[in-house]
Amino acid sequence: MKDYTPVIGLEIHVELKTKSGMFCQCANGLHEAVPNSQVCPVCLGLPGALPVPNKQAIEWTIKVGKALNCTINKHTKFDRKHYSYPDLAKGYQISQYDEPIAVSGYLEFGPNHGTYKNEAKRFCIHRVHLEEDTGKLIHKNNDTLIDFNRSGVPLVEIVTEPDFSSSSDVKMFLEELHAIIRYLDVSEADLEKGTMRMEPNISVKVKGVEGLPNYKVEVKNINSFNFVKRAIDFEVKRHMELLESGETPLQETRGWNSEKGITYSQRTKEGAHDYRYFPEPDIPPFNFTDSYIDAITKTIPELPKTKMERYIKAMGIRETDAYILTRDKSLSEYFETVLSAIKKENKEVGIEQKIVSVITNKRIPTTLSTKDFVKKFLENMRPIDTDTGLLDTSIKAVLARNEKAVTEYKNGKITVIMFLVGQVMKEMKGKADASAVRKALELQLE
Amino acid sequence: MLLGKTITEIKDLIKTKKMSKEEVFSYFVKRIEKHNPLINAYLTVLKKSENTNIDGLLSGIPLAVKDNFCTKGVRTTASAKVLDNFIPPYESTVTSRLKKAGYSLLGKTNMDAWAHGSSTETSDYGATKNPWDISRSPGGSSGGTAAAVSAYLAPAGIGSETAGSIRQPASWSGVVGLKPTYGRVPRYGVIAMGSSLDCPGPLTLSVEDAAIILQSIAGNDKFDATSASVPTEDYVSKMKEKKTYTIGIAQEYFEGLDEDIKKSLGESIKIFEKMGFKTKKISLLSPQYSISVYTIIQRAEVMSNLARYDGIRYGNPRTFFGSEAKRRGMLGTYTLSYGYYDAFFKKAQKVRTLIINDFKRAFKEVDFIIGTPTPITALKLGEFEKYPFFGELMDKFNEPGAMAGIPGISLPTGLDRNGLPMSIHLMANYFRESDLLNASYQFEQETDFMGVIKKGILNLK
Repeated sequence: MKDYTPVIGLEIHVELKTKSGMFCQCANGLHEAVPNSQVCPVCLGLPGALPVPNKQAIEWTIKVGKALNCTINKHTKFDRKHYSYPDLAKGYQISQYDEPIAVSGYLEFGPNHGTYKNEAKRFCIHRVHLEEDTGKLIHKNNDTLIDFNRSGVPLVEIVTEPDFSSSSDVKMFLEELHAIIRYLDVSEADLEKGTMRMEPNISVKVKGVEGLPNYKVEVKNINSFNFVKRAIDFEVKRHMELLESGETPLQETRGWNSEKGITYSQRTKEGAHDYRYFPEPDIPPFNFTDSYIDAITKTIPELPKTKMERYIKAMGIRETDAYILTRDKSLSEYFETVLSAIKKENKEVGIEQKIVSVITNKRIPTTLSTKDFVKKFLENMRPIDTDTGLLDTSIKAVLARNEKAVTEYKNGKITVIMFLVGQVMKEMKGKADASAVRKALELQLE
Repeated sequence: MLLGKTITEIKDLIKTKKMSKEEVFSYFVKRIEKHNPLINAYLTVLKKSENTNIDGLLSGIPLAVKDNFCTKGVRTTASAKVLDNFIPPYESTVTSRLKKAGYSLLGKTNMDAWAHGSSTETSDYGATKNPWDISRSPGGSSGGTAAAVSAYLAPAGIGSETAGSIRQPASWSGVVGLKPTYGRVPRYGVIAMGSSLDCPGPLTLSVEDAAIILQSIAGNDKFDATSASVPTEDYVSKMKEKKTYTIGIAQEYFEGLDEDIKKSLGESIKIFEKMGFKTKKISLLSPQYSISVYTIIQRAEVMSNLARYDGIRYGNPRTFFGSEAKRRGMLGTYTLSYGYYDAFFKKAQKVRTLIINDFKRAFKEVDFIIGTPTPITALKLGEFEKYPFFGELMDKFNEPGAMAGIPGISLPTGLDRNGLPMSIHLMANYFRESDLLNASYQFEQETDFMGVIKKGILNLK
């Protein structure tokens, strides 16, 4: 078999949780209500109805773009994308064509990002644009019914460059993106409910060959990160086998069957669709000022990666714990709340890691109120007797192994002490009082 | 006692209790019953007035409304059988504002199907006849409203323009037709034809009536993102201030005119001069350019706007589309197709910008540009079939202004050798409706051409 390499790009759709629709006043987020009960002339595309863009949705898309390190297009507009499908009320979707809200972004990963052990990597984002969601087809017996409740829900589309060559990279990227969206608080990003939808575009080429393969397969209907990984693995294997036998895989859209763990053909794409895009005449174009974009950028909270790095560097929390803790914004907020309360009572060095361990090992459930958590935590804390003899030998051993850290400390980088405390604690298998360790270390290093 | 009375006059009759609102309404219903079978101005007629208690600018005034304005609970077809049984569940902004002003809807008027045409002959419900000569067209696409007003089957009415669809039928039917600035009057609830051009406006028996209706329907609308936030003015009172203006005369707008119309236009210019207005020779881009630019942009928008009538949601399937709609849809599809966009649509947009700049330059020198809304008077029904781009040619003097989005008004100036109404056309800068109406009102006072025209209405006694 030749040496093949996968070429994967991603399209991600995220439904924004704005109060009202993308272009109408309908309440948003109720599309599980009675079919066609959350509709109006605009989202039904009735004759004469006109779209009025939702400012919140535009601002949130700018926010998403900024969080993904994109450049915001100061001049942007909506376009009409024409295709005929029963769930598309107007015969066109209001989307963005050549002037999307955000372009040219990236997400970067360090070598120890969660379960990711590879070298540091950057995955580029091609564009982020805003559009309206379509209705939903419901197939019942021999009938097809249309529910327009979802029609006109604001939908952000994120398109990456074909930068991925492994399914685990894709999984890591999607998990990070999901965390970011949740941190930004702009979408429920619920994979089960379809408020975040992921479509990998997959092809395979012989390693070393320049350019992109002349085909790609898009896989739809995947509702978990693991399934994305498995669908990609399935496809890559399928493509390799086809290529090896001298065939080129068909350019098509495939569905994912999670029970069987296979993909299946849905429809073949005969070349590029001609969507007959043109600027949406019902919505004047936008010109954003720098101060407008800056004001929106300022509303972006500390994002998971930055937070994780802060936990590791400034608090001495273990990488894996820091990763787990920052996956969910509310969990990290919980942690920070209990931390500041505990610190008032207990000034012990390394208390951060202690709290994190208690959280990640679920020794105290985070379903408790932060106040109760703190109470319980402090009750459980009892000073640990430190074997001074063992402490002395351990410190010597650690200092001998970490000359660089010692030098750094002596050059004034005193935060390194946290690292050394951690090493000593490890050496003593945790049977030491961290503040006692710190004091002893400080004495040694003077 | 009511025949030929303007909105202003009817308001006075109601105010002085010489007639009740109900009497006024039933007068028109009876007149419609008598004459509509011949004229075919209305597709749907309301038998009962619903809106009699509101004290507003149009209190008790019955109006004819073009059938492309959605009227809640009242069938709205845009004269297209695809929408044969479409009863809108919502009201257009224009008609809801008219309701707030106290009007009562008399009925929905015939038009070219989807507003595709300049004669009402593409209507799926048969052409409307010109009250001046029933063998002729009233013009279009707002031909039903124009004929209704001209035959006094309504004291005034609402039409809509994409390029010429108010001004041309107003001219051929001998009434006043005002096309406001794009965005001055909201489009919400108007079945879209060319979205970047569509513009609702009044067709009336007097300039003052046009001002009254404009005042009732103009202004920003939160349901229309293209509606302007520029404040409206008190058009009625501003209209009566004595002002003098400079009128621009561009040779490009005098080419290819019928002899009688050319003569009448020359006389009208002299009248303006006599009134103390200045005239100035200017030069503008030939209206010829607008024909192709307009055709490309409008066809693209038409293709897109008709895409929703896919046979799934509305009464009739796509086989009910008439040939004009199909032709337009195909041309629009072609010009937007991959590889053709730059050559057609994009280029047309660039030329559109040149047209806009051309007008902006001209309006630095003059207040208005004068011309005529059409090069000829009303044509015989059936003539149109000979010309596939008939509307575009007939409306060539309206298209540049429509492309730019500036306002224009069609004002009657008398009858030609065949006894058919003729008009002049004044164009003004963006949002200068108040000046446009002011000059028009003065012209009307000076000439009483409308008085002459109104006598035609008596033909239909």
